[in-house]
Amino acid sequence: MSETKTLTFAVMDPPYETARSTTLLRLLDIAVRRGHNVNVFAYEGAVYLPFALQKPHPNPAHGRNAIEEGHLLPKDLIAAMMAAAENAGTKFDWVNCGMCVDERGADQAIAGVRRGSPADLLKMAQESDNTLVIGTR
Amino acid sequence: MSRYLLIESRDPFDSPDTSFIQNLSRELMQGGHEVTVFLVQNGVLPARPCVHSAALTSLAQAGVTILADDFSLRERGIAPDVLVQGVRAAALDVVIDAMAGGAKTIWH
Repeated sequence: MSETKTLTFAVMDPPYETARSTTLLRLLDIAVRRGHNVNVFAYEGAVYLPFALQKPHPNPAHGRNAIEEGHLLPKDLIAAMMAAAENAGTKFDWVNCGMCVDERGADQAIAGVRRGSPADLLKMAQESDNTLVIGTR
Repeated sequence: MSRYLLIESRDPFDSPDTSFIQNLSRELMQGGHEVTVFLVQNGVLPARPCVHSAALTSLAQAGVTILADDFSLRERGIAPDVLVQGVRAAALDVVIDAMAGGAKTIWH
């Protein structure tokens, strides 16, 4: 394993709508697997990425029930990455922008997600080895 | 000299501003910096032979390393062996390694 670094990511895209959300989750997974500490600051629609009430659904158009559909839930991927980081002894800190949460009623996040503000992003970036802002269009 | 990783997620068929990364890359190279452009998502589309691929080849000839996310290529049915000259497929791990290595990383 390479030397542990602390990497921060800022993202504003919601789940299921843009490829940016998928790319973010792929980046986080790689960072965790490589033993780095990870910070995420989610704002705007991205606060729905760890939304606890996401649930799998059937796909009547294809005649599949919920189990057969195997719907992928971002909240489960994030929870798995948090668990992997904990097992590895590294840090995985996810902060949801509080005002963005309130605007959207997205206050039911999975365990481990903190409520914060852009000041947290500044602090994360200052304390990180590197920061990537995944801006929307 | 600094190392830069410029991530291009936009494709020139849909976005009129992909020249931003190309121009920035050239200017950074001219400034003596080491530059890698990483194409991801629809940003990989000009990596297959098309009207926009000459710009990538030109950039590579200027000394910029140009990589295309292998997952994004597979999603779009683009085989690594059809990529235009100067572009090669790479895993997304490149981004994390560059960040961990201290490269200045910019998303577009």
